[in-house]
Amino acid sequence: MDELKPESLINLFRCMWLIRACEESFVEPLLAGEIRCPVHLYTGQEAIAAGVCSQLRKNDYVFGTHRSHGHFLAKGGGLKELVSEIYCRESGCSRGRGGSMHLVDSNVGFLGSAPIVGGTISLALGAALSAQIRRNDNVAIAFIGDGAAGEGVLYEVLNFASLKKLPLIIVCENNSYSTHMPIKDIRPSDTIFETAGPFGVLTSCSDGNDISNVYAVARNAIEYCREGNGPAFIEFSTYRMRGHVGPDDNVQGTRTDIRPVEEIEAWKQRDPIYSLQKYLLAKGYVCIEEIDLLKAEICNEVAVAHSEARKALKPSLSDVQKYVFKTTTS
Amino acid sequence: MYSKQRLLRYSLAINEALEQSLERDEEVFLIGQGVKSPWYVGQTCKGLVERFGERRVIDTPVSENAITGAAVGAAIAGMKAVVVHPRLDFMMYALDPIINEAANWHYMFGGNSNASCVFWGIINRGGEQGAQHSQAIQSFFAHVPGLKVVMPATPYDAKGLMISAIEDPNPVVFIDDRWLYDVEGDVPENPYLIEIGKANVVKEGADMTIVASSFVLHESILAAEKLSAIGLDVEVVDLRTIKPLDVDTIIASIEKTGRLLIVDGAWKSFGVSAEISALACERAFHSLKAPVQRLALPDHPAPASASLENGYFIYEKHIFDAAMRLMNLDRPL
Repeated sequence: MDELKPESLINLFRCMWLIRACEESFVEPLLAGEIRCPVHLYTGQEAIAAGVCSQLRKNDYVFGTHRSHGHFLAKGGGLKELVSEIYCRESGCSRGRGGSMHLVDSNVGFLGSAPIVGGTISLALGAALSAQIRRNDNVAIAFIGDGAAGEGVLYEVLNFASLKKLPLIIVCENNSYSTHMPIKDIRPSDTIFETAGPFGVLTSCSDGNDISNVYAVARNAIEYCREGNGPAFIEFSTYRMRGHVGPDDNVQGTRTDIRPVEEIEAWKQRDPIYSLQKYLLAKGYVCIEEIDLLKAEICNEVAVAHSEARKALKPSLSDVQKYVFKTTTS
Repeated sequence: MYSKQRLLRYSLAINEALEQSLERDEEVFLIGQGVKSPWYVGQTCKGLVERFGERRVIDTPVSENAITGAAVGAAIAGMKAVVVHPRLDFMMYALDPIINEAANWHYMFGGNSNASCVFWGIINRGGEQGAQHSQAIQSFFAHVPGLKVVMPATPYDAKGLMISAIEDPNPVVFIDDRWLYDVEGDVPENPYLIEIGKANVVKEGADMTIVASSFVLHESILAAEKLSAIGLDVEVVDLRTIKPLDVDTIIASIEKTGRLLIVDGAWKSFGVSAEISALACERAFHSLKAPVQRLALPDHPAPASASLENGYFIYEKHIFDAAMRLMNLDRPL
């Protein structure tokens, strides 16, 4: 972490805390039934979105998954547009037609998130291909989970991207669970990066809860791709502190608890935000009052986003057929 | 603008549409198996790699899912992608990017993103190719909201609809048929558009309507000529676009003739012919003088042996017989 400037670290902290505060703010409205769409919380994995996206340019492309609130915010998507979308309001980034799993802000290069596992890997391949055809130096990121390694399209994409030396970075967030299935029950290995190696792409596997590590690995991969060396597959080990979907599924024993309590406790000790906070304080880059103030300001922004979303208009039934096709007026 | 007419083969009409689209717009690219090989795609891609280079005319491994997804992803990034599947059967590997992603994309993001891409699939059949090299699956795609489906029958429509499909901001499934590749017709040299969603009345008539598309359109015209020789005045409607279907043109024709025969070169059950038949019942019931007739492929896979496939695919004589049944003339006069 020592190689990062204090202001960079504080910006990363701000981004990670924004994601955390946003994710945790959904818990109550979800439990109250105020938010109804399926919500896959990113709590615990924030260092990956923040560390990768902080080094992307606005024109670089990102595709996400069902668990992409963090990617959307880290790439520069609007907090209010995100929260409103999760309430399925007309003011949401997808006008309430998408919900939590369909986020988009093309103006900041967040080209879309979608929950068909593995489905967006090939879309990111296409965005990378567009950079090669247009001869610009944009790169494309596909954030995927460990579960996506079970889909054959990943291997088709690795082959073609490597063959054409496309600027594609597949960021695999291995949180050890594919919905309810622990990775050991679905793969012979509990890591994935080694399956990408034979395709001749840059690969690595490292700690996704250590922001300085994510930052360094991502920077290296992005530079490598931008210089035309071909694709990268970077795996980060991490852990989601919440359930697969919703706040408590798989965790608190109320529904389908399958994760050992000791495992959850051990990962709590490795909370990426707490680790960074400790480092910032130890180095004297910030004092605790400044941290508290920053956190409070962000929590306030999140609260405002919720209250505005609650008041926002729901999509009108008279518009239900709108947007099937793009017309000159849409 | 003056546009010289000349005869061009169907495959070369597509070739010209691709060439002119690549020429006119740097954002257009072509990707898929066999774009370097006439063996795969007839003459449709002739000269394109030489002219535009492998950066924009991209031959690929057999990875339909990833390659089709790449076309969709590039389109989402603002390009105009054409992805070719030289055998429509293999395009089934690509149903995920076509349906889950491209078809839903504009709607599920509330109109804030779109995918302008053409999924071009070529029907191959006959020649004892058997079940997996013979399938016509237009109704799969036509079932899905967010996809447009075109099936041009003539060289003129092939060129115009390919250019329209490329220009369209939405995903368009363009299905042609290798049996059409040597059909000749008048094709203007200049680029032109044909509106997607418009059928064409290719022959006017008063006694009955035949609705057809793609290869069976030509067989329908031949049958109509034979029927004319025995005094039946047949109207032939070329759908050109399967979806959005030009319901008004079809209904207007039924209202005029009172009799409908639908010919579709795909399986009968739950297909294009069923859809049009339902529309006739809903919208033109009181104009019908006889039950609607459908002529489509039987509900079994395509056989290989010529002795079997000759009874499987639809030709002029089958259409003639179906028309006679529709007129209640199927017994000797």
